[in-house]
Amino acid sequence: MSPLQNVVVPTGTANLASVVAAFERLGVDLVPTTSPEVILRSTRVVVPGVGTFASAVDRLRSDGLMGLLRSRIEADRPTLAICVGMQILALSSEESPQARGMGIIKTEVKRFSGDVIVPQMSWNEVRPGSHSRFIEPGWAYFANSYYLPGVPSPWVPSLADYGTPLIAAFEHGNVLACQFHPEISGTWGAEVLDRWVAQTGDRS
Amino acid sequence: MRPAIRVVPCMDIKDGRIVKGVKFQNLRDMGDPANRAAVYQKQGGDEIVLLDVSATPEGRAHAAKTVRDVRAALSIPLTVGGGVRSIDDAALLLEAGADKIGINTAAVARPFLVKEISRTFGAQCTVLAIDAARRDTGHWEVMTHAGTKNTQLDVVEWAQQVAALGAGEILLTSWDNDGTKSGYDVQLVDAVATKVMIPVIASGGARNGRDLVSAAKAGAAAVLVASMLHEGRTTVEHLKRSMSSSGIRVRPC
Repeated sequence: MSPLQNVVVPTGTANLASVVAAFERLGVDLVPTTSPEVILRSTRVVVPGVGTFASAVDRLRSDGLMGLLRSRIEADRPTLAICVGMQILALSSEESPQARGMGIIKTEVKRFSGDVIVPQMSWNEVRPGSHSRFIEPGWAYFANSYYLPGVPSPWVPSLADYGTPLIAAFEHGNVLACQFHPEISGTWGAEVLDRWVAQTGDRS
Repeated sequence: MRPAIRVVPCMDIKDGRIVKGVKFQNLRDMGDPANRAAVYQKQGGDEIVLLDVSATPEGRAHAAKTVRDVRAALSIPLTVGGGVRSIDDAALLLEAGADKIGINTAAVARPFLVKEISRTFGAQCTVLAIDAARRDTGHWEVMTHAGTKNTQLDVVEWAQQVAALGAGEILLTSWDNDGTKSGYDVQLVDAVATKVMIPVIASGGARNGRDLVSAAKAGAAAVLVASMLHEGRTTVEHLKRSMSSSGIRVRPC
């Protein structure tokens, strides 16, 4: 069995095709899988997120992937988490108080409050952290009602504002987690994905 | 700071081609969707909406192919609507490459569909399209089946109901102004945007940058544009420039 180099883990049925198409434009073949054996052998793993915090963690737990993904991230193996896929690295979320996340980031995900339109379905400016390897200043597309208020060191945060400062992305080593959707953030988003691919091993 | 207002090129699709008519009648061929989508993306379009206006199963199958073709080149959000009646219909379009699903007639017939799609795919994926026909002052009626059927539903009440059911966005089309080049119905935009917390996309009747500015000032989070782009009368870049010079925040092209 030849090793699969790059995989995407379905956490629901939403815009997986968009994520696959974005990588295809970069010359990277992304194979959807929920097989723990395949994910263990893969060079890169992408965890997109759709739906709710609870639906994402329930799906990953029932597929037996929560612990595996957590270990992968803690071992600094190339992993990209998007939107709810990013949020489930936290302890918990106001969206689904009963559900437990990976707890890599020991923080609760909050709901936007105050005088803003929710969900944020909007392009927004991203300010990269000072030692970011993957994020440049630019505009990203967000689609979220919940946000991560902060991340502890050594994670490098990139920030945006939506009535309140929020974590737009955080990274450390080979792991990149984005609240925004790089797959549909235009040329700027494609460049984020390309930098992550370029700095995490061979392309194919 | 207010969020940037999105400029959203929209294409009505039939048999793999862009069509445009007045009030969905007398459809004219306006080009190839994948080509046009790529052009509008390059001009600075913030997302693309495709509405499948064919009403047959063969047309539906064709729409999925069109979505795949458009997706291949498109790195901005893609909303697809038209004839979505079930979770399976939505799943098919998402598998083809849509990021968001537009629902309209079927939601009026069965409002719980909004909740089903929102629960399954998330509120960010659930775009409720409303065709609004002006009645008395300050009142609009929801129309379905491409504007051919009355529903007796009040647009503002329906908007509040679908927001409560989990819609993430409302695509609000003025049935009276659509395709007539008379400007958006800004009173309609204002009436709905002040009553729901979710984003409202103004649609129907845009002629120029000034109309986009008016819709933004009335509370629209995004503005839909079609004919004036398809006919080559303006570009997204030009529209954004005039919005920007009127103090409306937009994503730079």
